[in-house]
Amino acid sequence: MAYATLEDIRVSYDGKTNILEGLNLQIERGELVSLLGSSGCGKTTTLRVIAGFIEPNAGRFSLGGRDLTRTAVHKRNFGLVFQSYALFPHLSVYDNVAFGLRLRKLDAKAIESRVGSILDITDLAGLANRFPKQMSGGQRQRVALARALVIEPELLLLDEPLSNLDAKLRLGMRVEIKRLQKRLGITTVFVTHDQEECFSISDRVAIMNKGRIEQYDRPEVIYSSPVNEYVARFIGFTNFIDLTRIGPGRFRDSRGGEVLADLDRGAPSCVGAIRPDDIELSTASASGANEVPGVIEVRTFLGKSYQYELKTDLGTLVANVSRETPFEPGARVFACLPSSKIVVC
Amino acid sequence: MAGRKHRLLMAVSILVFLFIAVPLVMIAITAFGEASTIRFPIQGFTLGWFTAVFASRSFMSSLLVSFVLAAAATLLALAVGVPATYALSRSSSHGKKLLSAFFLSPLFIPEIVVGYALFKFLVISMRLPIFAALVVGHFLVVLPYVIRVVGASLEQFDFSIEEVACSLGCNRPQAFAKVVLPNIGSGIIAAFMLSFINSFNNIPISMFLSGPGMSTLPKTLMSYIEYSYDPSVSAISVLLMAITVALMLIVEKTLGIASLAK
Repeated sequence: MAYATLEDIRVSYDGKTNILEGLNLQIERGELVSLLGSSGCGKTTTLRVIAGFIEPNAGRFSLGGRDLTRTAVHKRNFGLVFQSYALFPHLSVYDNVAFGLRLRKLDAKAIESRVGSILDITDLAGLANRFPKQMSGGQRQRVALARALVIEPELLLLDEPLSNLDAKLRLGMRVEIKRLQKRLGITTVFVTHDQEECFSISDRVAIMNKGRIEQYDRPEVIYSSPVNEYVARFIGFTNFIDLTRIGPGRFRDSRGGEVLADLDRGAPSCVGAIRPDDIELSTASASGANEVPGVIEVRTFLGKSYQYELKTDLGTLVANVSRETPFEPGARVFACLPSSKIVVC
Repeated sequence: MAGRKHRLLMAVSILVFLFIAVPLVMIAITAFGEASTIRFPIQGFTLGWFTAVFASRSFMSSLLVSFVLAAAATLLALAVGVPATYALSRSSSHGKKLLSAFFLSPLFIPEIVVGYALFKFLVISMRLPIFAALVVGHFLVVLPYVIRVVGASLEQFDFSIEEVACSLGCNRPQAFAKVVLPNIGSGIIAAFMLSFINSFNNIPISMFLSGPGMSTLPKTLMSYIEYSYDPSVSAISVLLMAITVALMLIVEKTLGIASLAK
């Protein structure tokens, strides 16, 4: 059995609309699991159920075989880090970090050594006497992390911890979190709306939508083979074409052309999805399957490549192509959709 | 252009300042006059009216009543108001508006009406002792100030701080004491000051609820002025101003005066 499990969790604030409906999630010991979704998908609610701030209307949350569904927050021993850092403004860094240990009635010496070592690990050793106001965003976030980690929590819960940091710092902190999490072996739940952040840090990702988990898998698997159109759209598949199945892995598009796809989940309603990066453009036709002619309508410079909006009989396609001499708007081209890159879902 | 605007603003500010300050300064000066009625400018110089104030039993006893009353009403208002405000700030939006309107309602009802109603209810029907009735009355009048001021500082409070405290092992009362209270301290002190001063100055409520042998200072002053117009009233005004200035200085030194306006 998994270390932490959510079973059929249902949460409703008004008794009519469900924020979470029958949510199931298993987390293994030492794993870093992300809840990813747009705002309102229920990811934060899920985290708050785990933390104990919300008592679910139905369902069960257990950890290491113990049922914690109705256990009070302060008896759960979970570490918590918020987007706003939520440091105690009236306490120094040292006192912030020592807060949880003092509540556990540890003797002064033990507190000192544990706070000292966690401040070392989080690179805050010289800042113990500072107050939150005197620190940068990145430092505050490390204090928040240290404060959550020092109590040796059975579960570490991170609610959009990086969203208040600037882009460069965010990258560094994300590596930092991953390093700490692995080093200390703490089972972690990470809530975010940032796909890149989530994929880079997680062992497994749960993509959430409308109070349900759409797909729960390793980031690599989700990236290459989303289970449905919602997930595909969410993780950057921008091009969708309607298909009719004519055989296993063989389809016909709406204008009669043949489309081959390696990844066919056998779904009855067929939509082929492909990323802009995976579409190839050329001026000459290869006259085979997986090809559609079109006219370039809009060209946008992206830096390492150009993005083209292409008007075709299958609708508008978006393709990112880097090429020595870029296509001009109005040019007639052929778009090739490689069968290895099309996901039918 | 900008310079002219600046000068105009300066002139208006000075006028307003004079309007506020001149009467106070004049009263303060009249306290040192030798004549037996209040007169400006003063003739001679004496501290006799101050000694007269300290010698007057009715002034001293009503000063004591006012002090104890203001302190009691304010502490009671804080004891009720702070938890109530906290509960209000954490509750859902529906009941919240109604309840906070309810708590603030004594501000909108004329105090003379509140005083009369309390007189009927507390003194006539319930036969409460005078001091108890005064405390209840003043408590009602100052409670809205506590709710307003503490509410404002709770509004700026990030409640995820409290949630983190809970996750670290605090139960709710502990989290409130260890994390919420220290961070709304300046609001509580500001509320204390406002309530105290309001209770100390109050006349309408005290008019109805004072009784034989017990009167607040403003009420004693008023009835004193009715019969005699000597500078001892000015002297006591000077004393009160001095106390207020001292209190303000303490607040300024500890919190900064801006915390009162927050």
